[in-house]
Amino acid sequence: MEQYEPGRLTATPRRGPRGRRPALTRRSLLRASAGGVLAVGGLGTLTACGIPPAGTTRGVTATTDHSDREKVVDFSNWPEYIDVDASGRRRPTLETFTRRTGIEVAYTEDINDNDEFFGKIKPQLAAGQDTGRDIIVLTDWLAARVIRLGWAQKLDPENLPNAFTHLAAQFRDPEWDPGHAYSYPWQGVSTVIAYNKKALDGVEVTSFSDLLDKPALKGRVGVLSEMRDTVGMTLLDMGKDPAHVTADDYDAAIARLRKAVDKGQIRRFTGNDYTSDLTRGDLAACLAWGGDVVQLQADNPDVGYVIPDAGIVTSTDCLLVPAGARHKTNAERLIDFFYEPVQAAALAAYTNYVSPVDGVKPWLAKIDKSAADNPLIVPDRTTAAKSHAFRSLSEKEAAAYEAKFAKLTGA
Amino acid sequence: MAAVTEAPPPLAPTAPDDEPPRGRGRLTPYWLLLPGILWLLVFFALPVIYQASTSVQTGSLEQGYTVTWHFATYWDALSEYWPQFLRSVLYAACATVLCLLLGYPLAYLIALRAGRWRNLLMVLVVAPFFTSFLIRTLAWKTILADGGPLVGALGTLHVLDVTDWLGWTSGHRVLATPLAVVCGLTYNFLPFMILPLYTSLERIDPGLLEAAGDLYARPATTFRRVTFPLSLPGVVSGTLLTFIPAAGDYVNADLLGSTDTRMVGNVIQTQFLRILDYPTAAALSFLLMAAILLMVTVYIRRSGTEDLV
Repeated sequence: MEQYEPGRLTATPRRGPRGRRPALTRRSLLRASAGGVLAVGGLGTLTACGIPPAGTTRGVTATTDHSDREKVVDFSNWPEYIDVDASGRRRPTLETFTRRTGIEVAYTEDINDNDEFFGKIKPQLAAGQDTGRDIIVLTDWLAARVIRLGWAQKLDPENLPNAFTHLAAQFRDPEWDPGHAYSYPWQGVSTVIAYNKKALDGVEVTSFSDLLDKPALKGRVGVLSEMRDTVGMTLLDMGKDPAHVTADDYDAAIARLRKAVDKGQIRRFTGNDYTSDLTRGDLAACLAWGGDVVQLQADNPDVGYVIPDAGIVTSTDCLLVPAGARHKTNAERLIDFFYEPVQAAALAAYTNYVSPVDGVKPWLAKIDKSAADNPLIVPDRTTAAKSHAFRSLSEKEAAAYEAKFAKLTGA
Repeated sequence: MAAVTEAPPPLAPTAPDDEPPRGRGRLTPYWLLLPGILWLLVFFALPVIYQASTSVQTGSLEQGYTVTWHFATYWDALSEYWPQFLRSVLYAACATVLCLLLGYPLAYLIALRAGRWRNLLMVLVVAPFFTSFLIRTLAWKTILADGGPLVGALGTLHVLDVTDWLGWTSGHRVLATPLAVVCGLTYNFLPFMILPLYTSLERIDPGLLEAAGDLYARPATTFRRVTFPLSLPGVVSGTLLTFIPAAGDYVNADLLGSTDTRMVGNVIQTQFLRILDYPTAAALSFLLMAAILLMVTVYIRRSGTEDLV
């Protein structure tokens, strides 16, 4: 019986009597293409690949600025990180900016994770190309890396008078960007301990030690997958300042966390997704970001937070103009606009994160009295004194620290 | 075979055999293949070559990476992360077996017993694909929540005592345990098992089943001697379509698992994005590809079929 072979591509199912042409079969085709691939990708090409050093593009930062002719600015930000009106479709502060300056803001919420976003824009930045974005928001340690690699454009202080005068003292002059030559803070983020009252079921939580040690919380504790937040809180709990962390301190903190992981105390290392676990009660207590906690509290009265006596880790999400961006002046105007206390208040009232702008409190009180009195949004003196930032790490240190932390998380 | 009579060769051999097409006609099949070949070249061959090169490079983000034929990366990666490798294979195998156990009866029902409900049931099988993979996986966090009805019921029935003892779950919860990850994998890849099974079962000639009955075969015998052997191509392609993506998956382990359920996909993700150790990430990807290729080859050889539909 003549079998129909789907792999046979010739018009003639049998080979011609004189066999002038061998039939093209699936096997011969596979063989041929495998040979072709090997020929194209011979070992020579393997050597030819290679990844150029990331820092060599320092010269590319001088990009032509098209701000005069093109009245637009492309702004990439994290989700729910800007004020939205009741309808959920309009962004009042951005609209005010457009009305005042005539510059349209193309706003995209496409940053979900620092590492992931860096992986996404790295190839373009490394090749000296435009990423299509004029402003990006990165957490301080990544902003430091991008600046160090020469992938951020130097800002013109002349375009940033508000930013210069209104920047709050605690945000001024980070060691990785002296004088704010390349970056300005967008919002400050404090890492606190959040809990679900119902799930705690009477267990008292006042320090990070409680989370790591109390047997009643076994398997119901969450910590953050951001290395600096989780290890920083551990260091503080051990009486060490993350601003001056040494390799030995770091190893000790990892060992402390390792013990909790091995005991089964820690349920998961979470990103933003701890919020649903906490409201559901699967997590009784966890490390959490300040602004999230304020928003969660509004939706669920069982959620509460603790600022431990040992202190909290703070970080800053920063605005940067990436290399190759076409509209630097427009971007600077937008940055400066958000340093007007009125606009900063509107922003903080929505995001509930720490505003880096001085004089925001009276304006915030006009919008939302409770927000102005919340130490997670406008830190009072005691909270500010308890805040510690993680030291800026060299690329080599960061790789070693991240590797140790990754091993802790299971991979 | 039924398939042969139904689907004759698309181009009937009416043209005289001894006159092969001349000139450009000779090349027509290759021209038709060109888009496919290009696609493979750009989206498969080139990335594979690039990754192969990356896996033998050394360097750092700031100094750049150069090819130094540092094959030790492979050995280091394997000796460091073999537990995650083993776990991936184990979880994927469990999920594949579960998919087969759940999918076969369902595909059988739809293909041979559903009658006019067949199309509706097929739509229901495919319907989950209308929402995103991530959303579907997150839904399992609600289904398996610690205080949820399902976990409550399993606890009352003492099922969790058994699974705790087996090490599949811990502390009377399902989330953040191996069981949750395997459940997620099974759920997410079940349609990939059902669809090829359905295609295989659906094209079985009912006459053959009738003939088996006429020859006094009991239903169980008919299934064992006729239906199941004829559906083997579906079983093989179904298991492959389930096992291969499940072994490389990292979303389920990330969302439903814990520190002791991380799979090799999680390791690759961490190495690539967090630690920025591209050579190790590339080496791990290659090891995974090689391992899967090896297993699949052995499996296909042993199952004795080259038809995958």
